[in-house]
Amino acid sequence: MNFTIFQKEINQFFSSMVGYIAIVVFLVFTALYTFIFIDTSVLSSGFANLDIYFQIAPFLFLFLIPAITMRLFSEEFNKGTIELLSTKPISENSIVLAKYFAALSLVVFSLLPTLVYFYTIYKLGAPEGNLDTGGIIGSYIGLFFLAASFVAIGIFSSVVTNNQIVSFLLAAIISFIFYFGFDQIASLPFSFGNFDYFIEKIGINSHYNSMSRGVIDTRDILYFISLISIFILMTKLVLKKRK
Amino acid sequence: MSVIVKNITKKYGEQIAVNDVSFEINKGEVVGFLGPNGAGKSTTMKMITSFIKPNSGSAIVCGIDVLEKPLEAKAKIGYLPESNPLYYDMYVKEYLNFVAGTYKIKNKKQRIEEIIQFTGLNKEKHKLIAQLSKGYKQRVGLAQAMIHNPEVLILDEPTSGLDPNQLADIRQLIRNIGKEKTVILSTHIMQEVEAMCDRIIIINQGKIVANETVENIHQNKNNLQSIKFKIKGTFEENIFADYDLQVLNNNFYKIKSKNKNDLREVVFNKCLKHNLKLLHLELEEQILENVFMDLTK
Repeated sequence: MNFTIFQKEINQFFSSMVGYIAIVVFLVFTALYTFIFIDTSVLSSGFANLDIYFQIAPFLFLFLIPAITMRLFSEEFNKGTIELLSTKPISENSIVLAKYFAALSLVVFSLLPTLVYFYTIYKLGAPEGNLDTGGIIGSYIGLFFLAASFVAIGIFSSVVTNNQIVSFLLAAIISFIFYFGFDQIASLPFSFGNFDYFIEKIGINSHYNSMSRGVIDTRDILYFISLISIFILMTKLVLKKRK
Repeated sequence: MSVIVKNITKKYGEQIAVNDVSFEINKGEVVGFLGPNGAGKSTTMKMITSFIKPNSGSAIVCGIDVLEKPLEAKAKIGYLPESNPLYYDMYVKEYLNFVAGTYKIKNKKQRIEEIIQFTGLNKEKHKLIAQLSKGYKQRVGLAQAMIHNPEVLILDEPTSGLDPNQLADIRQLIRNIGKEKTVILSTHIMQEVEAMCDRIIIINQGKIVANETVENIHQNKNNLQSIKFKIKGTFEENIFADYDLQVLNNNFYKIKSKNKNDLREVVFNKCLKHNLKLLHLELEEQILENVFMDLTK
């Protein structure tokens, strides 16, 4: 990873407002669903948990992360600045990783303030602190890996097109398929036999849910790391090919 | 040898952009890369910077093969692309700081100040790149190409969009760099070649058609010469029938010939013979233009 490019990407997120907007939208919507909207609010449900937050966050990420990642490569190709970047003594690997981690940092940055939600629920428990802390820690780790997977899908979608809107849509669609699509195929009324289980396991949702139970299974971690690696590797290959 | 290009070929589908091009450039040489649009100048330059990969052949920069060790070669090269892409949402200083970072330059601050002074960007250094005029953007492009003090400078049309003052500045600047470093520049302006280059390489349809020092070309007297002149009143145009007479604006005429005789004498003698008053007589220094047109038609 190249720190200079990492820094450049972070600066560009905030000079273009994308950074601020993504973080604010994420925090406002999760806060609304967790504490304000009567139908979903923790306060009206009466149970000290953050389930609703962990249900709503992936759906917000489904379009916020593509919005963050869409310009990573598309803009460089469109404006020709990729020529500058790739004639500097930096390997394709470092360029891709620097951009990946810059986008991931932004996502993590939007996750951190939500620890306040955890503190709030912790305080509201009767007696105080009466909640499934393990489950919440697991959920946070799961959410982090889910976001990291979406970012990997997003950066790949960005490298295949010069058009940021196409990149956005592609990232949203691929992320949706991985998050939800495989799950839905597996639960179709007709059965693929043993394949149902297999198909479900290709999707993100089953692994995310398993982590949110507070069990950190190495198979889940391995799944996420493989998914992320595959998309980053494909990004690198496409970048090399497109030059 | 600072830059060696060996049998480099690039194809885009069926079309051959660069066809088996080879040349060598010594350290401290300024070489002008000439050719009509689409001749393969930019493609060749892009292959030397290893931005695009050749189908066959290779380029060696300061003894480093650009295909085998691209990162090391890139560190030796400063490159200004033709379209001069820049991050428009960055400030001039921020951008130079970013580029300096990519080259891992020591004493970053000092070097950035130096290059800002060198390229005359002092007044603009706190502006957003998007707000700069084309000429100043070009200077930023040059600054980023030279910030790491590269051994080899590759400039694709470095003077496009500059006003006459800036043009003179930039030419002087490139000449100064050319004293110690190797410079390859492409251009369409012939005066520029004479002002800056030691040698020209003319490329046409992907092939090198000339590779000679500017001095040699000038010494080659066989070249076409052209004369611009003005005669008082009217005259029988057919007295210059042997020469290709062209009528220019404001009663100026032009003749061209490959004759070894000095054409000025010819015109003077004709005027004397036909009792005409010669008001203006000028030898047009168009040797390079003529060579260029001859070779690329």
